[in-house]
Amino acid sequence: MKYKSQKVAYWFFALSMLLLVLQITYGFVMGFARIGFDNLHEFIPFNTARAVHTNLLVVWLLSGFMGAAYYIIPEEAQRELVSVKLAYVQLISLALVGVTAIVGFHFNIWEGRKFLEIPRPLDYLVVVNVLLFLGLILTTLFKGKRQTTTALVLSMGLLFAALLYLPGMLPFDSQVTDSFFRWWVVHLWVEGVWELIMGGILSFLLIKLTGVDREVIEKWLYVIVGLTFLSGVLGTGHHYYYIGVNKIWLIVGGIFSALEPLAFLAMALFAVNMYRKGEKKHPNKLALYWTLGAAIVSFVGAGLLGFAHTLPQTNIYTHGTLVTAMHGHLAFWGAYGMIVLAIISYSLPNMTGRKLYDSSRGRMAFWLANIGMVGMTVAFGVAGVAQVYLERKFKMDFMLVQKEIAIHFVVLVLCASIFATGIILYIIDFYKHGKPSDEALEINE
Amino acid sequence: MLSKKQARAFFLGGTLVTFLIFIGLTIFSFSKENDQTNRENLTAEVVRGKEIWESNNCMGCHTLLGEGAYYAPELTKVIDRLNIRYDGNGEEVIKSILMSPSPWQLNGRKMVAYGMTEQEASDVVAFFNWIGKIDLNGFDRVISPLAKEKINK
Repeated sequence: MKYKSQKVAYWFFALSMLLLVLQITYGFVMGFARIGFDNLHEFIPFNTARAVHTNLLVVWLLSGFMGAAYYIIPEEAQRELVSVKLAYVQLISLALVGVTAIVGFHFNIWEGRKFLEIPRPLDYLVVVNVLLFLGLILTTLFKGKRQTTTALVLSMGLLFAALLYLPGMLPFDSQVTDSFFRWWVVHLWVEGVWELIMGGILSFLLIKLTGVDREVIEKWLYVIVGLTFLSGVLGTGHHYYYIGVNKIWLIVGGIFSALEPLAFLAMALFAVNMYRKGEKKHPNKLALYWTLGAAIVSFVGAGLLGFAHTLPQTNIYTHGTLVTAMHGHLAFWGAYGMIVLAIISYSLPNMTGRKLYDSSRGRMAFWLANIGMVGMTVAFGVAGVAQVYLERKFKMDFMLVQKEIAIHFVVLVLCASIFATGIILYIIDFYKHGKPSDEALEINE
Repeated sequence: MLSKKQARAFFLGGTLVTFLIFIGLTIFSFSKENDQTNRENLTAEVVRGKEIWESNNCMGCHTLLGEGAYYAPELTKVIDRLNIRYDGNGEEVIKSILMSPSPWQLNGRKMVAYGMTEQEASDVVAFFNWIGKIDLNGFDRVISPLAKEKINK
């Protein structure tokens, strides 16, 4: 750690871990409900569990991204954060807004729009919170000694993520228009600007971990984010095939979605090649595991599995089935979950001064979480494909099909337990690092 | 070999061009002659139905236009489907489920008991009727096999 103010990142990461545990807990509630154990129905009906599960995902990742920015930007800009106090205000308000929203979901207070369930008044608070965050990051960046490409791409991703939240707040009377613009937020986040954030963090980590020249890494960073937008923006069309808009989206969405895996492939090749090229072997092996893991798993989850059901001819059968959940889980885990865990693994020893670079617990955390998540993805996939055939090809009733595929959710819950064990080990490791300390300044340099 | 400057130009140029095309296509698909969203039949009842749909997070279990949580049935063609099963009483069945004070649990999976008023339940039915008439580029036939049989008769 080079600047004292980088320590603020620790608390964003801690919040992130807490929310991740809660997210997994609600995931179990849903998994059990699907097997038939819906005993919590009165307090946590499925729609509550679902809204909590997906919104916590967004908030823990955002908290992780924000922590990453608070750690990376001072180091890249070569100056302290402009205000540490305001960063803590932002952290506390983020936690309060998140917790209020989630408590509200248990009392039927929400907007009921997939992924954007947070009620409108809280939306405004989110906007204020994010503006404060951006203000702190951008002022630090532009007051700093240098503006690196890595820092610019990361900040641009965060800025666009904030701007793109706005179309989701527009009111529409038509369900179709509502859905259309909801995807401007959701799709352009996860298959657009969040990839800038991921790319920025990945680039920072590769510079630090491999020692490859910054110019080389940042040049490829531009190519990758260029490919992301080139395919991802018009790739939004794959959400528009069958929701009531013009057929033109079948062609545009079909072609550009097919190109989307290229960006992820480029990212995976880029990370692996930089690792091979690098002469510096950083002792933080766990950070390297998570960094390379993120690049590779995101290609499989977001790239390949996404492609598996975005062709219009396939999507007409898989749209609105568990096949989407299959892709969603591995994509979010690989692209965003793992990159957040990577930056945490890298920065924790630097902030706390405890160099727990490599431990069997850390390795177990990595492998168990990944094996568990791959298992869950397979379980969702098998259930989804069975659902497609039984319900949409053989015209069986929805609920009869659900009974037939319930067994796959037993497998899902088992794999989720392996995944959760991995995450618990990761959090134990997090805890063992202790608190951030000024004594850790420059300790690695 | 590609320089950093060229790489940046590729990123900025590509983003700008695709985003402009995206905006253009959005305008195109909502223009009057290409619109297929059933906009002309939006009534106050339908809009109220949509509000009820959202304020109870129905999408947290069901799917509509293929979007939702895959825990409870797709409702895009629900009235057609239930009309066939309940001798043309689909709308009445839906209303009774929505107005019921105890959880509906056909085949064991519980739905939250909303205990809606007659008016609220009719609004939701109006919403489903409106949804059912949107041109979905063929998806409606896949999700509503029973309706498809009816169409083919």
